[in-house]
Amino acid sequence: MNIGPVVRKEFRQIRRDKRALGILIFIPAVLLILVGYALNFDVKHLRLAVYDEDNTRTSREFVNSFVHSEYFEYKYHALSKRELDEVLNDGTAHLALVIPRDFSQNLLSGRQATVQVILDGSNNNTAAVASGYVAAGIQDYSRKILTEWLEKRGRPLVIPIDIRPKLWYNPELKTAKYLVPGLFGLILMIVTVISTSLSVVREKELGTMEQLKTSPLKSYEIIIGKAIPYVVIALISASLIMVLGALLFDVRIQGSIPLLYFAILIFVLGGLGQGLLISSIANSQQVAFFVSVFSSLLPSFLLSGFIFPIKSMPLVLQVVSNLQAAKFFLVIVRSIILKGVGVGAFWEQFVYLSLFAALTIGVSSVRLQRELSR
Amino acid sequence: MTNSNNDSAVIVDGLTKKFGNFVAVDQVSFKVKRGEVFGFLGPNGAGKSTTIRMLCGLMSPSSGTATVGGYDVGKDPDGVKSTIGYMSQRFSLYEDLTVEQNINFYGGIYGLEGNRLKERKKWAIEMAGLKGKEEILTQSLSGGWKQRLALGCAILHEPPIVFLDEPTGGVDPVSRRNFWDLIYTLSSSGITVFVTTHYMDEAEHCNTIGLIYAGKLIALGSPTELKHQLDRFAIFEVVCARPIDAMEILQREPWVNETSIFGSSFHVSMENIPAAKEQIVETLGQRDISVDRLDRIIPSLEDVFIHLIAEVDKKQL
Repeated sequence: MNIGPVVRKEFRQIRRDKRALGILIFIPAVLLILVGYALNFDVKHLRLAVYDEDNTRTSREFVNSFVHSEYFEYKYHALSKRELDEVLNDGTAHLALVIPRDFSQNLLSGRQATVQVILDGSNNNTAAVASGYVAAGIQDYSRKILTEWLEKRGRPLVIPIDIRPKLWYNPELKTAKYLVPGLFGLILMIVTVISTSLSVVREKELGTMEQLKTSPLKSYEIIIGKAIPYVVIALISASLIMVLGALLFDVRIQGSIPLLYFAILIFVLGGLGQGLLISSIANSQQVAFFVSVFSSLLPSFLLSGFIFPIKSMPLVLQVVSNLQAAKFFLVIVRSIILKGVGVGAFWEQFVYLSLFAALTIGVSSVRLQRELSR
Repeated sequence: MTNSNNDSAVIVDGLTKKFGNFVAVDQVSFKVKRGEVFGFLGPNGAGKSTTIRMLCGLMSPSSGTATVGGYDVGKDPDGVKSTIGYMSQRFSLYEDLTVEQNINFYGGIYGLEGNRLKERKKWAIEMAGLKGKEEILTQSLSGGWKQRLALGCAILHEPPIVFLDEPTGGVDPVSRRNFWDLIYTLSSSGITVFVTTHYMDEAEHCNTIGLIYAGKLIALGSPTELKHQLDRFAIFEVVCARPIDAMEILQREPWVNETSIFGSSFHVSMENIPAAKEQIVETLGQRDISVDRLDRIIPSLEDVFIHLIAEVDKKQL
């Protein structure tokens, strides 16, 4: 098999094109930093405004009980309901507590006291998380009152079921830990699909492909020779993400690294197949680029479960999400990196990835072979 | 027959290529002798490229056969590819590689190694006049240099047969002349050169010419032989006022075969009748067109081709 000359030539061309090489290497780093730092779903330091009509020791103690956490920041003390409206309107506060005048009186006399929580719902994600925090805080406080009240009367409180949630794999619930493994799919797609399809179509445009066709090179030698450099670059990109992920976001690989590389290799082969398939259809670099972006980058960003959970999508999109490999790859990568589990946990995804790679490479080879030998 | 086939580098017999209902190449037959320069001519879309693609083993024929260097293009395209060199109008060089890297690459895909590669590289660089420019990026070379480098890359592996598909397109006249000198050098060293071109002066340089039109081979022979086909016609060059009107007037006469414009003058091909000159002057004179100059000329290849193509068109009407 005579693939050396094509591989060498391809590497030389990649090296010559400093801009493309820069993009291939820096896009992963830039994406990692952008996604890791900017895409943050952690809700902390919520700005709290309080309108305390009661203004007693009890009410102040109540407010303090959950202000002393990293989730809330006591930002504003309102003196009227109107003031409260204003700080919510201009965004000074994310949420507001209204403590009615009879709060302490009701509590001390054993009646039920009420508290109003007003949330800025314009960011539904933040509002949902904030309301959960507030509810938990208030519940904690009322349990404390109840316990004290019963203890005073010599009857210790036993709560029938106590919940003690323990979060596995990502105990601090850091967004970056969830996103960094997901980035693999996105970045490897860019490197493989777009660059392979462009590199083949460029030769078609320049007419060098025709020259290769009249040479004794077999078409599979051309295809393999062109693919190898991009596999190597994809593996380098993947390693870069791993190192940066560990250094910047403390994402350490819990599972087997060889297994991870093996999964990456199969995924990359699928991406190459997809790129080659596009290059067998497209005749200009522009067309190849747009088809590549629409068929790889967008699905692997939106439909892979990278950010948006697939289970909460409409059924049609859930079905469509099966047409791309990134979704399955992400399950594997998260399993290996975060959970440290072995092949047994995701062999179905492995089978699917292998099928995807075999299918795209098979179909594109047949198509290119036909095209190359015409 | 066997003897004559041994002298032939390319034998084409009844070669046909159909795309659906469209017949791109229709029953084409010819032979190319070893070591000759064979010019393959025809307007765009006449089937020229399709024929070349079949001969280079890029496309298999619908029917008929062609052997190139002894290999059947339909049955053994890989054999064909190992025996030919191919260069197209687009030069097919990697512009982002240096001169030497291009040569190394093409040497590599043809399996050249070690001393042979070194030797052939040296030859190609000298042939292309690129000595001292080995490290230069190909994109910064001028058209003529690119053209010679492309030729060098195409024949690095010393193929006995070379296909040149419009090799002089978009190159200045001096480079064109130099390039033809190279073609003669190749041919005199025994290499068979199969070349397509649009330029009539280049066609005159060929040993044998084949003219393809509407998928059919309508002429085959040496430039001199082809010109003799017009012996029964007399060709005149006419210089006069209102040449377009004059052409129209003459075209209506039964003894005029064909008129075609050549710059500010035009050519009239007509039956070889006595007193032809007087006939032309008189006919135009009746319509108040005075003839400034009127010379009988030896037909050029262009006259021959225009004549032949017009005849095919007439038959089809």
